[in-house]
Amino acid sequence: MILQPILALIVLRSLRKSLKTANLLAKWDRIFMIGTAVFIGLIVVNLFARNNSFVSWAAHALILVLMYSIFTEKDFLVAKPVAYAVLPLIIINLIEDVTKLINIDFYNHWKNYVETGALFAVVWMGAMLIINNKQRKALEKERLKAEEKEKEYRISETMKAALEVQVKERTSELTQQKEELQQTLDELKTTQTQLIQSEKMASLGELTAGIAHEIQNPLNFVNNFSEVNAELIDELHHEIEKGNWDEVKALAKDIKDNEQKINHHGKRADAIVKGMLQHSRSSTGQKEPTNINALADEYLRLAYHGLRAKDKSFNASMKTDFDESIGDINIIPQDMGRVILNLITNAFYAVTEKKKQSAQGLSTFEKLTTPYEPTVTVSTKKINGKIEISVADNGNGIPQKVLDKIFQPFFTTKPTGEGTGLGLSMSYDIVTKGHGGELKVNTKDGQGAAFIIILPV
Amino acid sequence: MKILVVDDEKDVQVLFEQRFRKEIRSGEMNFVFAFSGEEALIYLNQHEHEAVLILSDINMPGMSGLELLGHIKQKYHKPPPVVMMITAYGDAENYNTAKELGADDFLTKPVDFVLLKEKLKPIS
Repeated sequence: MILQPILALIVLRSLRKSLKTANLLAKWDRIFMIGTAVFIGLIVVNLFARNNSFVSWAAHALILVLMYSIFTEKDFLVAKPVAYAVLPLIIINLIEDVTKLINIDFYNHWKNYVETGALFAVVWMGAMLIINNKQRKALEKERLKAEEKEKEYRISETMKAALEVQVKERTSELTQQKEELQQTLDELKTTQTQLIQSEKMASLGELTAGIAHEIQNPLNFVNNFSEVNAELIDELHHEIEKGNWDEVKALAKDIKDNEQKINHHGKRADAIVKGMLQHSRSSTGQKEPTNINALADEYLRLAYHGLRAKDKSFNASMKTDFDESIGDINIIPQDMGRVILNLITNAFYAVTEKKKQSAQGLSTFEKLTTPYEPTVTVSTKKINGKIEISVADNGNGIPQKVLDKIFQPFFTTKPTGEGTGLGLSMSYDIVTKGHGGELKVNTKDGQGAAFIIILPV
Repeated sequence: MKILVVDDEKDVQVLFEQRFRKEIRSGEMNFVFAFSGEEALIYLNQHEHEAVLILSDINMPGMSGLELLGHIKQKYHKPPPVVMMITAYGDAENYNTAKELGADDFLTKPVDFVLLKEKLKPIS
């Protein structure tokens, strides 16, 4: 009988395949080789041996061991379906051989049934193997699919990892950029502070010459009047000796008047120095009752003399129209003083430019007597509970195309190095943010410009 | 001698009147004052040939002393009056412009009255 070893080979092969897919083959391969060799050996022996009953029984025993091991060894459980497929045939074979050995008559009597049974067992085996094979193929497909998915998953994992690395790189780049920007911003803020300071200093520079002139004038009077008084006192002694009492009285009165003049001009110089100190001092940011007319007048004169001292050919008429009913208003005097100074300086600059234009190609005398009369007018008004401070000039006006930009920081129409471009932008901030007011401009091309500060009382 | 003093500082009048009190009292000198270039021109128009000497500040709002000088020397009087310019800024530019326009002399502030008196002597 060679059926037994063949069945065993089928089972072994199937088992080997199953183990291979389950990746357990390495452990058992040697045993499979031996098993396969043994069963092939049995077949060969069976073909050539006369008495093959020993071979047959050996085959029976070996196949039973194989079956047993399939049902007991954990690793072999995968081969169970194949085992089920071949089991009936094996058992029928075994029963056949056993009954043949024990009682041949009995066997012969039941032979037909046994053979039918064997037939059924073969059919069973075939069907089972086919089903099994199909299932295995389906499983295999499933496995391949899973593997494919696994592969995709792994690829996506790799990509994810790569992306994560990229994201990390980008993040660190961005963080670095952010830090750089932050640093730049800090630097810009520092620069801004410095610029504000230098703008302040620049406006102080514009004032210095004016201040020097404004101080020089009263000091001249102080000196001159005190010299006069010295002379008058000499004369006074003289007249006393002569007993010319009317003259003595007149002289005494003059001396007293002169003393008042000295005092007046001394105070004038004092006020100018105080104003200068106030301008250079950083703002206290405190609003205090201030006479806006006096403030405007002071800065008008300082700006005028400042420009005058810098540019000897500069000249302009200053007109003032102050509403004396305003009285003191609550403002930050240093800040508002800077705004007014800035507006006045701009106005003087505008009229000077126009004068220069209209004087081009004229002689010295003609230059001095051109019909254009540069004029800067500073006026204050109280309207509907609001204070209006207007600084107007009769210069060239502001062209429409730059009108939108004049309050922007760093915008200037002055030649490089002459303007910081911060004057109006800072003025705007001081008026709007610092005082809750408005800064407006009216201009007509060729006819001048008027800046109007509107402050709530 | 009639002297026109032009300066925007009003106290200049008191100062001159006291400094030249003897000369004024003796009738040697007669001072008139104008507080702007425009005012000075009006005076000169109304009192032609009266002022022999004009002392003018340069730095005044409105019409400057140099403009006034130009007007006087170009348009007025034969012979034109002596014009002395007085300025707080004794710089070359002002000096040259004044000379170009025909200024007769140039003084710097603060006015040295001793020097001024000496300069006035030969004129009177």
